[in-house]
Amino acid sequence: MKQPGSSSQIANGAGAAAVLAAGIGSFLVGFFAVLADKAPAIKNLMIFAKPTGPLSGVTTCAIVVWLLSWAVLHARWQGRSVALNRVAVSALILLVLGILLTFPPVGDLL
Amino acid sequence: MEISTRSLWTMVHGMGFGALYLLACSGALVELHRHYQPSAGDAASSQDNVFLRVYLAVMAVLAWLAVLTGGYIVYPWYRAVPPAGTKDMAAFPQRLLMSSPNTIGWHSLGMEWKEHVAWLAPICISMAAYVVFAYGRSLKELPKLRNTVLCFVWISLAAAGVAGFFGAMINKNAPIEGGTTIHIPHGEQR
Repeated sequence: MKQPGSSSQIANGAGAAAVLAAGIGSFLVGFFAVLADKAPAIKNLMIFAKPTGPLSGVTTCAIVVWLLSWAVLHARWQGRSVALNRVAVSALILLVLGILLTFPPVGDLL
Repeated sequence: MEISTRSLWTMVHGMGFGALYLLACSGALVELHRHYQPSAGDAASSQDNVFLRVYLAVMAVLAWLAVLTGGYIVYPWYRAVPPAGTKDMAAFPQRLLMSSPNTIGWHSLGMEWKEHVAWLAPICISMAAYVVFAYGRSLKELPKLRNTVLCFVWISLAAAGVAGFFGAMINKNAPIEGGTTIHIPHGEQR
């Protein structure tokens, strides 16, 4: 990964892909949780394991999309340098939104 | 002394995987900050680097084990529905909490938040472990990436802290009991 000599030669793409994908995955946990809470039809669809209920589908869907988005971003950005400021800010915004959406009083407002 | 299998699993989930993860977070934050800040010089030896990689990988495993045991072993006991006419709700923690205005908040706010926010911890720490695996000491020269990873680890600590706090309080107000009773010998009064 590291090219000796200067830091500008270190490609940050793989790291940026992991960071943005983690933001997407975190956001989706909250997004799917609110979606399942608001729409009874989706709530029923999210029951992948009956004893666990909709939580099983909410988390499984978020994890699958997180891993898929990571794989796609990694394939596109590996070995390249990307604008990390924008990626980091986007990922952190998604992460904070994910936390807010999992907080029941916020979900109830929507 | 005796303990039920459900109590034992709850302990393994919360005090085992969850609490160990919370304890490990402070170490990860210190190590990430200490080794990979630009002013650290050559502080991160290759041995330190291997240690931090293993440490973060173990943390990721702990976080995944915590949410998986919580979601698929303990939570189904928590949300079990009592048969019609059941008066004693002791074996049905969710219904027990919802049966009183003094405790319903532990479910409607506590468990509803905990069951989802906890899953952010393994996602964040898996990313952190990957970045340290992929970049190692090069992270020192990528301060923006390092700082972003640090933010994610801080937030994973917060998410695990919320889950741990509500888990402990919920189990205090409506303990998960039942299953086979395990007798622990030599626990008699001496």
